[in-house]
Amino acid sequence: MSGNSLFYKEVSVGDELPILPIDLTSSLIVAGAVASRDYTPVHHDKEAAKAAGMQDIFMNILTTNGLVSRFVTDWAGIDARVTHVSIKLGTPNLPGDTMTLTGAVSDKDDATSAVTVDVTGKNAWGNHVTGTVTLSLPAGG
Amino acid sequence: MAISGSEREAFEKQLEAYVGLDIGLEDIGKDRVNAAMVRHWCEAMGDSCGAYTDPALAAESVHGELVAPPTMLQAWILGGVGMASDESDPRDKQKELHRIFDAHGFSGVVATNTEQEYTRYLKMGDEIRARTVIEEISEQKATGLGIGYFINTRTTFRDQNDTEVGWLTFRVLKFEIAEVPVAAETAETGAPSRPQRLRPAMAHDNQWWWECVDKGELAIQRCSGCEALRHPPRPMCGECQSSEWDFVFSTGQGTVHSYVVIRHPEVPGYTYPLVVAVVDLEEGTRFVSNVVDVDPGDVEIGMAVQATIELVDDEMKLPVFRPA
Repeated sequence: MSGNSLFYKEVSVGDELPILPIDLTSSLIVAGAVASRDYTPVHHDKEAAKAAGMQDIFMNILTTNGLVSRFVTDWAGIDARVTHVSIKLGTPNLPGDTMTLTGAVSDKDDATSAVTVDVTGKNAWGNHVTGTVTLSLPAGG
Repeated sequence: MAISGSEREAFEKQLEAYVGLDIGLEDIGKDRVNAAMVRHWCEAMGDSCGAYTDPALAAESVHGELVAPPTMLQAWILGGVGMASDESDPRDKQKELHRIFDAHGFSGVVATNTEQEYTRYLKMGDEIRARTVIEEISEQKATGLGIGYFINTRTTFRDQNDTEVGWLTFRVLKFEIAEVPVAAETAETGAPSRPQRLRPAMAHDNQWWWECVDKGELAIQRCSGCEALRHPPRPMCGECQSSEWDFVFSTGQGTVHSYVVIRHPEVPGYTYPLVVAVVDLEEGTRFVSNVVDVDPGDVEIGMAVQATIELVDDEMKLPVFRPA
């Protein structure tokens, strides 16, 4: 095991994750869409986004998911296994804004060494994403 | 206007036929799970977890070898550049269902929820395929975006051994787009990059005051009959009923008469917690605005404050107060 992972026994309900601000650039939105092979035009073509009622391209869901998962595993370390993600989508992530990810441990399951983290990603317009991520952690010696 | 009466009945009957249907197509990953696509994903996400990109660290970890980020699951079966064209497989029941919604005026689409379960992490070389079922279509709902219907789908992912590796559900809203989309209003000037404050209603009685603000002055209306000051601007003096008036410029110095701290609900365009104060201006009238750059706990009744006029969003100027 690598040394910088959290053990299940080290985590308590209420623990807060380090805050992660994400600068929302057109580059990030396009890179995320392309990396997820999601070429739906609203994620890379501003005119298509406008035709859909938005003012600019906006982040696709896979990128949101990827950032949420990164936020949690940045904290938990390499030995965490994400098993479940459940999110509600709100205000869009648009270029020029910042999304700030915050999270806290809301539940622990001793039987499976799984912890649940409540996550919120907030931008200038409100909550872009709210939800939970469940991950199993090594029990620890 | 949304369809109604017998037309709506016939439409909803048509929708029922899709509930429980497999969309008719299997999505087969064009590439096996591979390190290049994983690296590309991790670069985009800024994800430096060694389990995905560092073979040595991955080997020492619980994963035992390089694995793909779990949230990348759907990326293995998405269509790529082909998704940018309107063409879709005529056998695709999900697209067919969306076209039926489009044809009845519900052309907007937005995803509202997703839930994903990862049975195991994918390893390099895995071959992924997926099938999708339309699980549920809601009754008609009035939403913030407009009238519409929620569609729930479930996609199940399997590997080369036909073993399930995960699933995801999506909830999307198909809705009737409002007649004047936001984009139409902002297309000329370019879109605001941040939420804008609500604009004041300008009229004969108050427009002059906002014009003073735009020039950097905090004006106070004064009755020409009895010289009583009044704010906000209005056509007649409450003391002597004169409708003659002029105005003076305030120094912006004052003291906090009373205040509240707003924490919830958060309206876009403001920074919270938000201090809203009634300020006794030294000229002798009161003025309501925000006290900024201060810890809300440090605000007190009687505190000396000074107004400055500044931009509070991309265009709008307002007098705001700071501790003097």
